[in-house]
Amino acid sequence: MSGAPLLSIENLQVHFRTPDGVNRAVDGVSFAIQSGETLAIVGESGCGKSVTSMSILRLLPEPPARIAGAIKFEGTNLLDLPNSAMRKIRGNDISVIFQEPMTSLNPVLTVGRQIGETLRLHQGLGRREAEERAIEMLTLVGIPEPRRRVREYPHQLSGGMRQRVMIAIALACSPKLLIADEPTTALDVTIQAQILDLMRDLKARVGAAIMLITHDLGVVAEVADRVVVMYAGRKVEEAPVRDLFRAPRHPYTRGLMGAVPKLGAVEHGADARLAEIPGMVPSLKGRIEGCVFAGRCPDVTDLCRAYAPALEPKAPGHLAACHYAPKDALAA
Amino acid sequence: MSATPAPPARTLLEVNDLKKHFSLGGGLFGRSTRVLKAVDGLSFTVARGETLSLVGESGCGKSTVAKALMRLYAPTAGQVVLDGRRIDDLSAGALRPLRRHIQMVFQDPFSSLNPRMRVRAILAEPIRNFGLARNAADLEAKLASLMERVGLPREALGRFPHEFSGGQRQRIGIARALAAEPDLIICDEAVSALDVSVKAQIVNLLRDLQRELDLAMLFISHDLAIVEHMTHRVAVMYLGKIVEIGPRRDLFLAPKHPYTQALLSAVPIPEPGAGRTRIVLKGDVPSPINPPSGCRFHTRCPHAFDRCRTEVPGLDAVGTGHFAACHLNDAAAPARAA
Repeated sequence: MSGAPLLSIENLQVHFRTPDGVNRAVDGVSFAIQSGETLAIVGESGCGKSVTSMSILRLLPEPPARIAGAIKFEGTNLLDLPNSAMRKIRGNDISVIFQEPMTSLNPVLTVGRQIGETLRLHQGLGRREAEERAIEMLTLVGIPEPRRRVREYPHQLSGGMRQRVMIAIALACSPKLLIADEPTTALDVTIQAQILDLMRDLKARVGAAIMLITHDLGVVAEVADRVVVMYAGRKVEEAPVRDLFRAPRHPYTRGLMGAVPKLGAVEHGADARLAEIPGMVPSLKGRIEGCVFAGRCPDVTDLCRAYAPALEPKAPGHLAACHYAPKDALAA
Repeated sequence: MSATPAPPARTLLEVNDLKKHFSLGGGLFGRSTRVLKAVDGLSFTVARGETLSLVGESGCGKSTVAKALMRLYAPTAGQVVLDGRRIDDLSAGALRPLRRHIQMVFQDPFSSLNPRMRVRAILAEPIRNFGLARNAADLEAKLASLMERVGLPREALGRFPHEFSGGQRQRIGIARALAAEPDLIICDEAVSALDVSVKAQIVNLLRDLQRELDLAMLFISHDLAIVEHMTHRVAVMYLGKIVEIGPRRDLFLAPKHPYTQALLSAVPIPEPGAGRTRIVLKGDVPSPINPPSGCRFHTRCPHAFDRCRTEVPGLDAVGTGHFAACHLNDAAAPARAA
């Protein structure tokens, strides 16, 4: 790690007060993103990955949410900023692409108007200039006939094109950090391939750091530099992408990898059953004693049930929260 | 071991030239009515104990096939033959007792179970409806064995759907399909909405059930890795037509249609630096209201040539039980780019 990170999240806790108890959606998560890198946050529904991203943008209403810890963007704690200052950062320094391009675009405004909105707000462009820039952005994200499309409404575009428009909006102000929350989950594979290629290409050109939230390990392997694995509101493992796939240290990560069938397996006479992770994610209401994964772990012992394992370095740049994760001699 | 189709004597379902067109209205006074050809001439068979997967992108017509087979839509043309008996032209009343033989598992385990019914009522309904239990004790025994088959505790019979997680609800959906003692189960994206770890549980369950009960399965999915894991044969659909159909091994290792090749190459592989050449298709799937002339795939095909724009390719044999609709497979066609 060189230099100060672009974004650093320190001991983030996001708790929701609900009628039947406090839901600890994110419970003490820390990680950092360097300028220009792609960090993937992986985990299943309810692991807290989307809540983490929403709290970076301060989009969670408080109450019911209670956010503690620090979210430092270029050294400033975003949690301390007044709303007016936060508004200058959203869409300008940090922008976001959501999963569902149909519901995150405004159906009654032309796409040009929606791309132009961020430019007019943050860069003070006039209507005419904003439209010209919107056309440039549409060209950049590979939408054919941008001059015609800029005047169209979201319903006139296909799902893939809508997601391109979302990306155009997100990148219009050249943000330093792009949060992509399941950007390709709602898309067909051939369109997903186009969007992943586009994101990789644009990252090289625009130089934004990307925080990619996904449950798809295939997508992670293709685009991420580093990976954070989350489970039940905690970070259970963090590693450079190759290390994670080559030598996952946490039993949950190993379980996830075993549970995904690999295309082309038929070649090696694949009639094996998929590895299952038995049971399901524990309730986040009430404090979990011991390791969060103890209830589903194949290698669980009494130690795991009694004491939560600390998140420790197991190899260079590779952290895991497991009492039994193998540790390299070199680990710091 | 063998993934080749079972002998014809075991054919359970035969679909011949199935079409489902939707008229979209359009012009005033019924003039210039536009037609959406969601399924446009599909033929395939499913043998007993066999899984046939239908794959393709959104809008290719795969769910319409399921609904036409279930007669949730009346087919526009074509024949559906179940166990030697034609069922597409039966009246609703005559079809009703036969519905037992084809059951369906839906995508969304949240909206496909009645929230006001306890699991017991959900599972008992098909058993009573088709008169499958002789008496109360028999019904109780059947319910218990269904719960055991899908891996749910027996006490869960008294609970409501909202008390279960997504994966458990999908188990209830599967138990409901099994309750009718069907010969064929249609799974329409049955695992797509589930989380990775739960998905693996349900995929394993479906595979086990199919083997234990000798069920035929029509597995509709867009997830090719899951399909490869589950299936015996695969049919690839594009804009309402089958472009390639064949045994799993042939189709996954040696696809003969450029669309199949592109689909397979587009799937992200969970292996960093797995150096693959990916075929990225340009553009989107064209509208099925006004599909392209000739081969419907020619607007996105990296190998398209003149003939593709004018002449519809036939679904021709390219191997044993393996068929593809592409002019490139003709001997006279220009050499395919490597």
